[in-house]
Amino acid sequence: MSTSQLKSVIQADGASPGYDPGLSDAELLHMYRTLLLTRAFDDMCIKLQRSGRIGFSVPNRGIEATSVGTASAFRKDDWFFPSYRDFGVGLYHGVDPTDMMHNMFGNKLDTSKGRQMPVHFSFVDPIHLVSISSPIGTHIVQAVGAAYAFKQRGEDKVCMASFGDGGTSSLGFHSALNFAGVWKAPVVFTCQNNGYAISCPNEMQTASESYAIKGLAYGVPSVRVDGNDIFAVREATVAAVARARAGDGPTLIECVTFRMGGHSTSDDPSKYVPKELFEHWAKRDPIDIFEKALFKSKKLTKKKKAELQKECEEQVIAGVRLATDAPAPGLEEIFTDVYAELPDHLRRQGEMAFDLAKRKGSADAGDGAFPL
Amino acid sequence: MANITLLKAVNEGLRGAMQNDPSVLCFGEDVGPKGGVFLATENLTSEFGEGRCFDTPLSEDGIIGTAIGMAMNGLRPVAEIQFQDFIFPAFDQIVSEAAKMRYRSGGQYTVPMVIRTPYGGGIRGGLYHSQSGEAYFCHTPGLKVVIPSTPYDAKGLLIAAIQDPDPVLFMEPKALYRSVKGEVPDENYTVDLSTLRSVKEGDDVTVFCYGAMVPVVEKAAALAQEKGISTNIVDLRTLLPLDEEGVLEHAKRTGRVVIVHEAPRFCGYGSEVSALIAENVIEYMEAPIKRVTGFDTPFPNTLEHHYLPDERRVLDAIEQTAAY
Repeated sequence: MSTSQLKSVIQADGASPGYDPGLSDAELLHMYRTLLLTRAFDDMCIKLQRSGRIGFSVPNRGIEATSVGTASAFRKDDWFFPSYRDFGVGLYHGVDPTDMMHNMFGNKLDTSKGRQMPVHFSFVDPIHLVSISSPIGTHIVQAVGAAYAFKQRGEDKVCMASFGDGGTSSLGFHSALNFAGVWKAPVVFTCQNNGYAISCPNEMQTASESYAIKGLAYGVPSVRVDGNDIFAVREATVAAVARARAGDGPTLIECVTFRMGGHSTSDDPSKYVPKELFEHWAKRDPIDIFEKALFKSKKLTKKKKAELQKECEEQVIAGVRLATDAPAPGLEEIFTDVYAELPDHLRRQGEMAFDLAKRKGSADAGDGAFPL
Repeated sequence: MANITLLKAVNEGLRGAMQNDPSVLCFGEDVGPKGGVFLATENLTSEFGEGRCFDTPLSEDGIIGTAIGMAMNGLRPVAEIQFQDFIFPAFDQIVSEAAKMRYRSGGQYTVPMVIRTPYGGGIRGGLYHSQSGEAYFCHTPGLKVVIPSTPYDAKGLLIAAIQDPDPVLFMEPKALYRSVKGEVPDENYTVDLSTLRSVKEGDDVTVFCYGAMVPVVEKAAALAQEKGISTNIVDLRTLLPLDEEGVLEHAKRTGRVVIVHEAPRFCGYGSEVSALIAENVIEYMEAPIKRVTGFDTPFPNTLEHHYLPDERRVLDAIEQTAAY
């Protein structure tokens, strides 16, 4: 393992000699399909935002192999603490894109009841995908606590925490690696190094030679892999999950990738990302790379590819219809779930809101725009 | 039943909760074999093992962040922040994470955890071992904030906090740790997390207080009694959610109100109590609502006895309010 060299598996011609992903043909195709589904979902969300139907999204283009390759190394009963730019994690493990779309619309069927911005998913079924937070790095240390709970109960489950390159500067990152190292907590840290933290490039984020090297000071084995090579991500993550499950503690994996869009739909990356960088990384598209490997090993045909693409796009469109049709959450949802039981002062405030709605009419809906 | 200190009552509350529920664990800086800098967790490591009462790295963010993860995943962590003054690296985890997790996940993820922390002045701790930061936390929907002032309440409220399904900040008045004693049942019991305590009934002036200010107010009330003023003392003890109905009843009872806390005045907890009374029962008020508080300055060291409200200042406020 190395914290400075970049480990790749899939070669330029699509071959990956000597590497066995340990997946059946069907599983390989599921992996590929999840990449397509992630991109279809991502593209649709951007279109929905551009046409004013949702307020916000976070582009995932370019990082899909990091997301899906990481997810593929975990079991369904493990816990996931993903970054907000990680659509592939839930999709790989069977989260219904329609349920994610309900969150994008903040409707009544959204698991967070319209309380969070789009892309802040929360699921307990089919996997524990822990409610995503906007403040950077807070979830990394929580993943260590959840991992401690697994260890304390003698369960062989593992936690996954993913975050961007900017996340490595957060308090949570350092607390998390320190605690996980001391406790030998069963957790895998995935740093999605996508080049920029909003507009801040790597060289303004750290003077370290890599992000992976930061793990070593905490006694956490660390490795740096090609994040656009799904086999390289999977290989490193499978090894890390095995270590964690065996009781040998945490691992930090830096996946070097590139964000082929803005930080969010409110951001214009042309102001700070040199055009040449986009051109360079466009030639290293993670879906193209995996496709090449699948064609080379004859696991995928052009016909199958077209079929899967169509299927994914239709699945996303169906989700948009359902999410559009679902009503907004009821006014009462402002007041519920603050505490397990509604305290008296919140009951009174809720009554005042309902009373005002009755006397003066309901408040106007906003336009859903968000500036960041 | 035993006559024990507030500190011992905290220790017994922790022990009782840990005996009762194997998912309860205590951790923080020096909490393990040493038993904490005030000895609140004394002997818990030897009794329950290092897996259930242990030291952590020196990182408040790490302590609270990991506690949140544990609480979401089936444990009942009781995290200690050594002094409340040191809690601020964890402010993000408390305010943005623990307090909002149930809400933002639509009830899918919850954080049943307790943060214990000694607060307040009186030990010559200077700026960073003396603060009373309750107002920062009472401004946070989703948190519960509790401050006991007697050994009985310390144990009962702590066990209730540990059993509660939501995150509770349990602030312990360090000035009272060893200076008050009281009768405490040996068995486990709980005290409701949203009910004030009537300390002493009286007819002329109601004084609302909590934590280390309660004994100060009791002394002032005894002095006022000598001058013929009957003081009604209320220990708010569960600051969030507050027993609002109880506050209004006690305010109406005398029509004259003094609020005492050692935290700074501006935007302090007393402001909320005062506003609550003014908004709801102002027609019963026969005198302006008066506050006795710490000054709006950092907490001083050498002159802390001038900064902290004492019976002299509280008595003065009671007299003025009674005479108005």
